Amino acid sequence: MANLKELAKKGQTLAPGHRACAGCTFPIILRQVLAASDTPLVCGCATGCMEVTTTIFPYTAWKTPFIHTAFENSAATVSGVEAAYRSLKRQGKYDKEVKFIAFGGDGGTYDIGLQSLSGAMERGHNMLYVCYNNEAYMNTGIQRSSATPKGADTTTSPAGKVKQGKAQFRKDLTEVMAAHHIPYVAQAAPSHWNDLVTKVQKALAVDGPAFINVIMPCRLGWAYQPQYGMQMARDAVNSCYWPLYEVENGVYKINVKPKEKMPIAEFLKKQTKFRHLFRPGNEAIIESIQADVDKNWEALIKRSEL
Amino acid sequence: MAITKERIALTGNEAISMAMKQINPDVCAAYPITPATEVMQIFATYVADGLVDTELVTVESEHSAMSATIGAAAAGARSMTCTSSQGLALMWEMLYIAAGLRLPIVMPMVNRALSSPINIHCDHSDSMGARDAGWVQINSENGQEAYDNLIQAMRIAEHPDVLLPTMVTYDGFIISHAMEPVDIYSAEDVQSFIGPYKPLYSVLDIDHPITVGALDFTDYYFEHRRALAEPMLNGALRVIEEVSVDFAKKFGRKYDLFESYKMDDAEVAIVVLGSTAGTAKVVIDELRSKGVKAGMIKIRVFRPFPYKELAKALNGVKAVAALDRSDGLAGFGGPVFGEVRSALYDSDKRPVTVDYVYGLGGRDINMDHISTVYSDLLAIVREGKTPSQLVKYLGVRE
Repeated sequence: MANLKELAKKGQTLAPGHRACAGCTFPIILRQVLAASDTPLVCGCATGCMEVTTTIFPYTAWKTPFIHTAFENSAATVSGVEAAYRSLKRQGKYDKEVKFIAFGGDGGTYDIGLQSLSGAMERGHNMLYVCYNNEAYMNTGIQRSSATPKGADTTTSPAGKVKQGKAQFRKDLTEVMAAHHIPYVAQAAPSHWNDLVTKVQKALAVDGPAFINVIMPCRLGWAYQPQYGMQMARDAVNSCYWPLYEVENGVYKINVKPKEKMPIAEFLKKQTKFRHLFRPGNEAIIESIQADVDKNWEALIKRSEL
Repeated sequence: MAITKERIALTGNEAISMAMKQINPDVCAAYPITPATEVMQIFATYVADGLVDTELVTVESEHSAMSATIGAAAAGARSMTCTSSQGLALMWEMLYIAAGLRLPIVMPMVNRALSSPINIHCDHSDSMGARDAGWVQINSENGQEAYDNLIQAMRIAEHPDVLLPTMVTYDGFIISHAMEPVDIYSAEDVQSFIGPYKPLYSVLDIDHPITVGALDFTDYYFEHRRALAEPMLNGALRVIEEVSVDFAKKFGRKYDLFESYKMDDAEVAIVVLGSTAGTAKVVIDELRSKGVKAGMIKIRVFRPFPYKELAKALNGVKAVAALDRSDGLAGFGGPVFGEVRSALYDSDKRPVTVDYVYGLGGRDINMDHISTVYSDLLAIVREGKTPSQLVKYLGVRE
């Protein structure tokens, strides 16, 4: 259980002055993740919002050692750093204790980086991969990814006269990672900081690979007023659109069960990207999204009761 | 101090695996691809038997192989990988990043044709496609050269005046799978030659955190790329020569930027890379016995390209043929032709320079083919004019 006072004593884990959008929620996620560890961290990141806003030469917002190489290979790159650590340590050339975290957005994780991620997890590197999932290619201007939810109006799945945004449901990457049977897999949200910090601590404590998928409301792509980022994340959890759960050595546990499930329409209507779904004639799309959320939630409950 | 040498029969891949064992890198990332597979396969047995200290990362693609190698190198580990053909093509993005980050990765690269059509045999399309990536490129004629070049590559790549990734190439199957006698040195002598690796920076240095792979805008990108060009413009060729002198002192074999074969009084010459040089030497010896002043330049270092030195070596030659084992598809011959012609442009007596694209996809190049090239060059000299057709294809059905 994380203690807010203790976490606050760690000071700024990410330097201010980075150039993320006003109201962006990844710096909040990143600060929670970085504050969670008492062991020194070495971090890597895929090309994307996080990387381009925190490492503009000659400045850097990173206080930990940091490496970025390309878009699709955050996991492979950090796996190389971790292999070097293992080798140098085994040979007596390095004597510090370090933990490794690779970050990637949903594009760099669900899509182009999926192979690299899968490979690194299968190889059993002692590293945590954190996906900051804003559900589209936000850095390049809101293109749909396989994490983009059904019905979302993105620049490559625009709502038009005959199409109503993205036609497909999103990929369930957390389950894909759970199927790798790695020691620790979880979903988290920055609105539930205590849950997120605890999950990072658990993930860093395991011997082997871990994966945490964090929902990341994007002011630009989801299109809400900048002060509502945490509210958006909370709604995602309360509507069961983004269940907070973990899979620890194959055992499922739901961490937050909303007392009253928020109807998905309430979550959707706060985001401009779903505005078209509320036009007459599109009721069936919202119903199908609700049905999908319900089905997945029920399935998750069943898995957690096994 | 006297060194110990053992002459044993090895394939090119076996010789390279042996060099890697003696180099004993901290990290190797490997992915199989014909004809390079064997290198990492043999190396994996060294890992399994505890004969090396290497952490072997058996990645899921060549893109990840280079990514992991870059990560390891950025963490201050001596890092290697090995590939061929499509594998190098898949690494393409990361090759540029390895160079841009100034990481002294060393990679054996077994030359194989690029798809399409898919083909597993030798040509130089793969490494030639990477010639502008910022890697030092060293070519080898045979297993011995590949072995010797790989050992020297460690010193070259890690030299503070270079700090560039370096690939050592040798011909797929022709060298990788052919058995030849190779002089193998002791691991101790190889270790004392390459020395310990002292990285300037490391992402494992938690007391001095660095950000690797930052974003440059218009205000810094150009300066960083200009700095990257510096070792190619000044430094790398000098370092390669210095390392070669040290190597000769220790192991008794001297390697130059290129090998000049019977060039002192040559009137006609070919410029060639890789195993074809061996065949060409036999042809030259025959021509010489008939009184023909034939010579050859075998390029060892293709990046950086030794322009000045090559122009000097070809001074006085009347007609030159570049032999390209890859087609630039530029409408004007292959990459060797382009470099050789460019090198010769400032020569006082510029020789006629022509190109022969040959041996694609492992097509045999035999002595008759090479004789034809010399006959053509002699005809050019006799007629005293530049032929209308500068680029020809050698040994293809048209």
